[in-house]
Amino acid sequence: MMTEEQVEKAETLGKSLISNGVSRRTFLKFCSTVASAMALPPAAAQAMAEKLSQATRQSVIWLSFQECTGCTESITRSHKPTLESLIFDFISLDYHHTLQAASGEAAEHAREEAQKAHKGKYILIVDGAIPVKDDGVYSTIAGITNLQMLKDVAKDAMAIVSVGTCAAFGGLPKASPNPTGAVAVSDIIKDKPIINIPGCPPIPVVMTGVLAHVLTFGIPELDIHGRPMAFFGESIHDRCYRRPFYDKGQFAKAFDDEGARKGWCLYEVGCKGPVTYNACATVKWNNGTSFPIQSGHGCIGCSEPDFWDKGSFYKALPQGQWGSAEGIAAAAAAGAALGIGAAALAKVHQNKGEG
Amino acid sequence: MTLLDFARGPALEWSLIILVAGTFLRIVGTLLLRGKKDLSKPKVKSTAGGAIRTVFNRMWPRPHFAQQISFPLMMAYIMHIGLFVVVFLYGPHIMFIKDLTGLSWGALPSSLIYFSGAAIVATMIALMIRRLTNPVLRMISTFGDYSSWLVTLLPVVTGMMAVSHLGARYETMLALHLLSVELLFIWFPFSKLVHAIFTIPSRAHLGATFERRGVKI
Repeated sequence: MMTEEQVEKAETLGKSLISNGVSRRTFLKFCSTVASAMALPPAAAQAMAEKLSQATRQSVIWLSFQECTGCTESITRSHKPTLESLIFDFISLDYHHTLQAASGEAAEHAREEAQKAHKGKYILIVDGAIPVKDDGVYSTIAGITNLQMLKDVAKDAMAIVSVGTCAAFGGLPKASPNPTGAVAVSDIIKDKPIINIPGCPPIPVVMTGVLAHVLTFGIPELDIHGRPMAFFGESIHDRCYRRPFYDKGQFAKAFDDEGARKGWCLYEVGCKGPVTYNACATVKWNNGTSFPIQSGHGCIGCSEPDFWDKGSFYKALPQGQWGSAEGIAAAAAAGAALGIGAAALAKVHQNKGEG
Repeated sequence: MTLLDFARGPALEWSLIILVAGTFLRIVGTLLLRGKKDLSKPKVKSTAGGAIRTVFNRMWPRPHFAQQISFPLMMAYIMHIGLFVVVFLYGPHIMFIKDLTGLSWGALPSSLIYFSGAAIVATMIALMIRRLTNPVLRMISTFGDYSSWLVTLLPVVTGMMAVSHLGARYETMLALHLLSVELLFIWFPFSKLVHAIFTIPSRAHLGATFERRGVKI
């Protein structure tokens, strides 16, 4: 980690990459891939390359709260040649529980130093929800509650990137009955730009692509849930390779039937692709190998708010989100009783008329 | 709770409760109504033939009216067949019915459903234009006619917009579609839409009455 003085004298990324043996060709390839993934115009790759090569390494503080480390696993456990390793050449990851060598007080000291040295300039990445019930005692780091740490670090951040559905929307910790009072970053921080990159976990290239965009062109265009439009602008369903089967009305009825074997649409076995916005169907996972629907399982909608509380993953979208038909049966009985009553009243009225 | 969650959850449940309660109220109430006692001597032993015959022969216009009503009749047939196709033969709708009743059957390709939806919209607009431009029809039309027309058209339009990704994001249009269907559920038992249940029984009842009196129709 650099001191304030070192920050002023820091070499550019271009020089840093050359000294680390990264060729110009590899660097341009990275920029082109990111620009392409974000559907930026062709000229953007060149502009991105120029901006990145002139930039100093961006200080990043990564805070992990109520989470499972899946997001960190996702961004680090990718195949070679990895965009993710390149992006780590572009940023100075000054604090990250899982990845940093330091521990205990030294680790917390590193965070405080980074905050001081890059005041107002660092990017804060958060993964995990923040428990706020009982003053946030349900998750602490070095005796500091997640709630307090988020407020302290967010105060001097340039921007916040909420990585994963837990940080973006509360995720599993927030799922009913939400015993710790978990909330999303955006529920607490209101005065900083926040980019949400949801997913359980998010796609690696989405994380790195968004970071590259922030470093070069600033905050990307966001949708109503604060997600970058480039990756979350279209639904899984619209980009799904099984979409033609939906249009033809050919659906798998079970995971082991003939329709499933023929690769038909998984809509009837609960796929949430039509109401889920993410890049899984285009960017895919494991270096573009596959994504859940391609592997035979419907989308569970993990990049959408409160996905865990929207009923069974295996209940089709047209089906209701309510438990039993007791109310309907009671309504039938009540309606019949009212009908008998109405007929009785009509008879009384009729008799009076005849009398 | 999002709009879609509301539409799929409490709004759906309550609209179904009102639909079922209201429909039972209308059916039971109507069945128990006491008609005036028919004191005439029956002209036939069984009235079943007349009942069945009336159900079917009223599906076609009388020859002397045929030319006059052929246009609205054709429009109405296209609209009703279209509604049947869209409501009962579209995959997601079958899923919905299966969730409620446990019954399911094969679906038609989506393209045929979209075509049927477009036909419904076109015929309903044509019928409304006729209603508004014909002085007699306009005079006898009530709020119940216009509101039932709108409540029937809304689910078709919102459904087509949802699948075509027009107007708003898919989940918003899907929620609006469900809410418009739920409005139809609530409106159905207490409006002219209830003819979907009463048309055939009332024709049969009328046919049986005529048969008993020896009226040949």
